[in-house]
Amino acid sequence: MQDSLKSSSYQQLEKKSKYTNMFLRWFLYFILILFASYFIFPLYVMVVTSLKTMEEIRQGTLLSWPSGLNLESWAVAWGGRGYGAGDTFLRPYFWNSIKMVVPAVFFSTFIGAMTGYVLTKWRFKGDQWVFLFLLFGCFIPFQAILLPMARTLGVLGISNSVVGLVLVHTVYGIPFTTLFFRNYYVSVPTELVKAARIDGAGFFKIFFKILLPISAPIIVVTVIWQFTQIWNDFLFGSTFSFGEAAPIQVALNNMVLSSTSVKEYNVDMASAIIAGIPTLIVYVLAGKYFIRGLTSGAVKG
Amino acid sequence: MKTLKIEELSKNFGTTEVLRKINLEIDEGNFLVLLGPSGCGKSTLLNIIAGLETINEGNVFIDDYNVSKVEPKDRNIAMVFQSYALYPSMNVKENMVFGLKQAKTSKEKIEEQLEKVSKFLQVDQLLERKPSQLSGGQRQRVAIGRALVREPRIFLFDEPLSNLDAKLRVEMRREIKKLHQQLKTTVVYVTHDQTEAMSLGTRIAIMNHGVIQQNDTPENIYNKPSNTFVADFIGSPSMNLIKGTLKETSGKIFFTASGSNFEIPIKDYEFKDKSSLNNKEIFFGLRPEHIYFKKSNESDFEVNLRADLSEYIGHEQIMTFDYANQEILAKFPSTIKIELAKETKLYFDLTQTSLFDAQTEERI
Repeated sequence: MQDSLKSSSYQQLEKKSKYTNMFLRWFLYFILILFASYFIFPLYVMVVTSLKTMEEIRQGTLLSWPSGLNLESWAVAWGGRGYGAGDTFLRPYFWNSIKMVVPAVFFSTFIGAMTGYVLTKWRFKGDQWVFLFLLFGCFIPFQAILLPMARTLGVLGISNSVVGLVLVHTVYGIPFTTLFFRNYYVSVPTELVKAARIDGAGFFKIFFKILLPISAPIIVVTVIWQFTQIWNDFLFGSTFSFGEAAPIQVALNNMVLSSTSVKEYNVDMASAIIAGIPTLIVYVLAGKYFIRGLTSGAVKG
Repeated sequence: MKTLKIEELSKNFGTTEVLRKINLEIDEGNFLVLLGPSGCGKSTLLNIIAGLETINEGNVFIDDYNVSKVEPKDRNIAMVFQSYALYPSMNVKENMVFGLKQAKTSKEKIEEQLEKVSKFLQVDQLLERKPSQLSGGQRQRVAIGRALVREPRIFLFDEPLSNLDAKLRVEMRREIKKLHQQLKTTVVYVTHDQTEAMSLGTRIAIMNHGVIQQNDTPENIYNKPSNTFVADFIGSPSMNLIKGTLKETSGKIFFTASGSNFEIPIKDYEFKDKSSLNNKEIFFGLRPEHIYFKKSNESDFEVNLRADLSEYIGHEQIMTFDYANQEILAKFPSTIKIELAKETKLYFDLTQTSLFDAQTEERI
């Protein structure tokens, strides 16, 4: 008798908690969907608008669906309308940006890896100070270095050029990349380096043969970071370059702000998406390789 | 010719003195264990022998050749690390031949060495695997293999067993011992584990605060510790050190513990210096395992002590007794029943005593 009483009350409790759980779960989904739509909304507007004709934009609402897959504004954003002066389009600047971002990411990552390696595995007197000053570089605001950097580029004769921008971004990136690699290499046992030295490997051999092959996770992190920073940079680009040497973000700005006639929202939106696509690609591609713990197990049991 | 000779070696890190005037010699084929508590400088000494650390003063000779300023790779040594330090990106084979490749050894020679060593260490089935796919014991074997293929004059081991679990550690210890018996290469082995040191070493150098306290055979380290540090460090539980004074009356020497009148005769003890023993403050050292429950030698000395504490550890028990208000420990088989808080008749084995000067803490 007592047993059945007990079990029925348990059943009731179970039922009750089931309803509570169900409610909480639905509430959770509701919140998540709400936030997701909040973030997706601007993108939706951008994509939809870029696919509309100017006619549709003037007549329809912001949220309305485009009448068809109208890619003309994308073509205009990328390649222009084909008439001479005053026609700004993204293609040349896109390649400018590529020419800037690839070497800048490569050099800053490589140099960061090297300095990180030296600061952790080839300790020298005062290395902590060197690291501290490098760290300092992370906190210097972009604006503070504009004038001295402009002067430097002038002296070197590479102002208003892609090469100049590569230099600026590489130098400005080193503190960050060094920080990344240093923190990664700190956790790599120094005994690896000792073992390699006894085996007869030198400074560079140890770096290229032993450390670099296990650095994939941190290289990916650094590349994502640097690529995003450099690709999305507007300040350095607009300060140290103009006209034909400008990177895509500057060109985008010029295109959107300096149009004299009617605002072509569809072209503007398509341009903005084009300018944002490469970073997305890097995230999607590199994110897959973002696997931690490649060294795990190699050292300790 | 000494395989390894270290002469007046000193090392500081900034203002911290890590090693002070170390002198050490090893003959061919010996197994020297550097033993000491953490921070005693034993690993630094090993790194200096390997050439991974610089020297502030003194010299290191390998085969009578001064290698103090020679690069690690040219010292004809090989080292096995605590963390194994296998190159994570290379497979077992690449790990093992990396050193030979750096030394531009011929392909045939590399293959020959690899085959010989991998068979010998039973890792020939694992050659294509990455270190992360190996078990702790296998990694250990590969790390030893990487050292073996180079056929070095001296093997350096830096606490190679500390990362293994207790069971595997005992197994690998025996394998290293076997290895040394078969190859007869000179070995310098760093550890903080006294069992490892005792069972492996043909000689043990006990270090503390950057100074070698005693460099001797395992038997002498155990039976004739040269100071209280060594006496205390070796043995588990460590040696009882009873504080008291020596009395010399008509050619006979007695020991009296502080605060008691009870006299223990000191016979047949090999004093280093027989003069001025009377009234000398000393520590009377006797290991727990040399206190017996039954009289076993004619010379055993009978005492009555009160048992205060009993620790049962399976095959044996450790009893704490009160000796003139000083705690002393004794080790008995666990079959013996001893009542606590009661006087028990015990026997000191006086042939196994060690006496230390209370001031200098050196053996007298």
